[in-house]
Amino acid sequence: MSVTAPPDTKPVVRLGDRLFAGTARVAALTIMLALAGVFVFLAIEGIPGLSAPAEIYQPFDNFWSYVGPLVFGTVLAAVVALIIAVPFSIGVALFISHYAPPRVAGPLAYVIDLLAAVPSVVYGLWGGLALGQAMKPVFGWLFDNLSFLPFFEGPPSVTGRTILTAGIVLAIMVVPITTAISREVFAQTPRLHEEAAMALGATQWETIRYAVFPYARSGVVSAVMLGLGRALGETMAVAMVLSATPVVTLNLISNTNPATIASNIASNYKEATPDKQAVLIATGLVLFAVTFAVNFLARWVVGRSERKVTR
Amino acid sequence: MTTTPLEPDFAVSVGLVQPRLPRWASILVGVISLGVAGLLTMFLGWNPVGGIVVAVLLFVVGLPLWSALLEGRRTAVDRLATCLVWVAFGSVVVPLVWLIWLVLKNGVGAIDMEFLTYDMRNIVGAGGGIYHALMGTLLVTIAATIISVPIGLFTAIYLTEYGKGSRLARVTTFLVDVMTGIPSIVAGLFALALFVLIFGPAIRIGFGGSVALSLLMIPTVVRSAEEMLRLVPSDLREASYALGVPKWRTIVKVVLPTSLGGIITGVVLAISRVIGETAPLLVVAGATDSVNFNLFDGRMMTLPVYIFSQYSSPGVAPIGGGDPPGYARAWGAALVLIAIVMVLNLIARIIGKIFAPPTDRRR
Amino acid sequence: MAKSIDISDLDIYYGDFKAVEGVNMTIRARAVTAFIGPSGCGKSTFLRALNRMHEVIPGARVEGKVMVSGQSLYDPGVDPVAVRRQIGMVFQRPNPFPTMSIYENVLAGNRLNSRKIKKAEADEIVERSLKSANLWTEVKDRLSKPGMGLSGGQQQRLCIARAIAVEPEVLLMDEPCSALDPISTSAIEDLIHELKADYTIVIVTHNMQQAARVSDDTGFFNLKAAGQPGHLVEFNPTNKMFTNPDEESTEAYISGRFG
Repeated sequence: MSVTAPPDTKPVVRLGDRLFAGTARVAALTIMLALAGVFVFLAIEGIPGLSAPAEIYQPFDNFWSYVGPLVFGTVLAAVVALIIAVPFSIGVALFISHYAPPRVAGPLAYVIDLLAAVPSVVYGLWGGLALGQAMKPVFGWLFDNLSFLPFFEGPPSVTGRTILTAGIVLAIMVVPITTAISREVFAQTPRLHEEAAMALGATQWETIRYAVFPYARSGVVSAVMLGLGRALGETMAVAMVLSATPVVTLNLISNTNPATIASNIASNYKEATPDKQAVLIATGLVLFAVTFAVNFLARWVVGRSERKVTR
Repeated sequence: MTTTPLEPDFAVSVGLVQPRLPRWASILVGVISLGVAGLLTMFLGWNPVGGIVVAVLLFVVGLPLWSALLEGRRTAVDRLATCLVWVAFGSVVVPLVWLIWLVLKNGVGAIDMEFLTYDMRNIVGAGGGIYHALMGTLLVTIAATIISVPIGLFTAIYLTEYGKGSRLARVTTFLVDVMTGIPSIVAGLFALALFVLIFGPAIRIGFGGSVALSLLMIPTVVRSAEEMLRLVPSDLREASYALGVPKWRTIVKVVLPTSLGGIITGVVLAISRVIGETAPLLVVAGATDSVNFNLFDGRMMTLPVYIFSQYSSPGVAPIGGGDPPGYARAWGAALVLIAIVMVLNLIARIIGKIFAPPTDRRR
Repeated sequence: MAKSIDISDLDIYYGDFKAVEGVNMTIRARAVTAFIGPSGCGKSTFLRALNRMHEVIPGARVEGKVMVSGQSLYDPGVDPVAVRRQIGMVFQRPNPFPTMSIYENVLAGNRLNSRKIKKAEADEIVERSLKSANLWTEVKDRLSKPGMGLSGGQQQRLCIARAIAVEPEVLLMDEPCSALDPISTSAIEDLIHELKADYTIVIVTHNMQQAARVSDDTGFFNLKAAGQPGHLVEFNPTNKMFTNPDEESTEAYISGRFG
């Protein structure tokens, strides 16, 4: 054997291996750095925005009263979107995993994935130029029949470009995300559970209700949370649908609608002075914090349920 | 399932046979619902879309109701659930079809040679094109790919080959998850903050857009590459080690070539994801009417931002009615953008198909 | 070029778990040594320890000595990669590289180590290795076809050709026939007979008849009890082992009373 032991006693690691492993490790560290960078740079540029001269915050006079309505608008639009999207996502996911004939289920799943492939700016275009128009009679009907609810107090918007319209556009953008994850968890339900339910004489719906849903609950919850993260952060669709005013209102169909953080940044960006720019970056930091919290919660729910399954 | 109308006596006499709706029941209810809704629409002057909504509602209520009377509550609930699931799927497809149809209808008319080869400099009113935006999108996306593929690929290699179970690997996996959830506009603001810190507050450069897009692209690349590398059977790694091949050469010469198809597919899909991103580019790459080939100097137009700016400042509508000229350009650009995204998706699928078999063993 | 291997007091661990305990044996050069024993008795682990392949699993380590011609494989300065170049291995399931042709598969050991070889020399290595592996006549007309296109038995012989193309001194085989049909198995067994003229061969097998057919020496591994480490019960010439073993448990195993 021609292997000769060098005098040092450390285990041999080849130069190539060391370089390659090092590069891989550096790449992983880069990701850590990048994320830290997101936080640090936003903080450096955004913190001056917390205490800019009062006139920057018009019509308010300080950062928190400026960002308050935006946070409200962000949450409102996202909640509206989720209220619409969640039932549809679960329905579509069930359709693909349990109802559609197996031969067409794959292509149908692809069609839903196509929804995710459409760029958000195109959704914005569609929402602003087509959906808004089409929604006008709906808003009229809601106002006529349901105006006792605070959501439909009206008067109905003449352009149709309201926060409800924006919510619907967001919902369509959220559906593919929540559907994809729900579909996966539905499909992962142990076959045996379902067959056990069917063998007891359960109808298809009862099988789903008693064998599939309990198993998939936390998966669906996290899917919804991820959808929420998407809805909170979406910019263009909202910016292109809404012409916003800084108000806090639950009225979904009127001409005065709150902006979201993201849409507010996009629409005020062009004419921003350095001071205003800092304020906008600061609002971005707030948005980052909110979406981070939502995503974190979603992962936590998933992680908890995974542990439960493996136990 | 029986096809003839039911005779209740017969059904009772044999325990297993229970009253069932005839197979044509759903068709019958469907026709009746459509008919009723159609008549109402005609006589009350409703919007036809409203009529369809009412017809669907009638069907969803009618069929389970009939079932409840004949088949009992459990079956009725089952039928209701089935109806709702179908309706959910149908109504999600409607906006997709509507949107694609609108983009096609409005976009095809806007696209001609001038549209593809001209920029928007000195254009007032109709005319002009997307050349500058097309080039900008191309450059920004290529730069983003060049940044994110090495980082993403090496991170995936670290996670699958080196870091198994280590703390750094766990943290990285978590951070990649977090990165997936970064709103695109925050990525844009990050790039902006970074370049503002270096070059001063008025900076707008195309490369900033690339940085922002890579932040969005890296997690997708890591995820897909990691998945593909894990699919490489450990047999192959061992075979290579047993030939006295060092680990890094094993990765480069055996593991990566085996998973190449899947990795490329993942990268192309990631590109198709970020190529339509608007907000980060709007914020950091800015908007301009002229062609700019330099990623590192000056504003750079991109297709999504072009759509947005044509939409938000569409110009003056022609006298005598009609849409302002910007809308047509926005639809045209939207069609081009969607076409690019779809072509990328198609390429990804084809690559995936071509490269898929090698790991499949024949025995 | 074949070498003998001396093993003394070898313990093998995966983390805290002791998989194999206290093995002493001498594996003769230019002979076939077979390891038999029930599943999970550590015979494969022991085999993999002979060319440090078990280190692929994190946490694996050994205590004791493995000496090849006076050089301990586990000396701190020894590079495991160099060890594996001299002690080749063939696996349970045939595993040709799916992205490479038959020709490239045979040359993989040389090419992956980026040794520059001339075309003529490469052709010669491929022909010699494939001939040694009794595969040349079957594949000489389709060397550029993918290795995955061969039958299971051919794939396994391709893997053997690949292993001997780097001219190792010892060839380890980990149940090389367990995934093959009887005809392919006998082709491999014939091949083992021929290869023993040039190589030291160590083979792990589930199949006692196979051990009896191909080997000169046999080692019987067993577990003392479930959860206990595996150990070497008996190591003797194959003839003696199958006719008049020293240990009672060996006889029990060979006659099929357990395992």
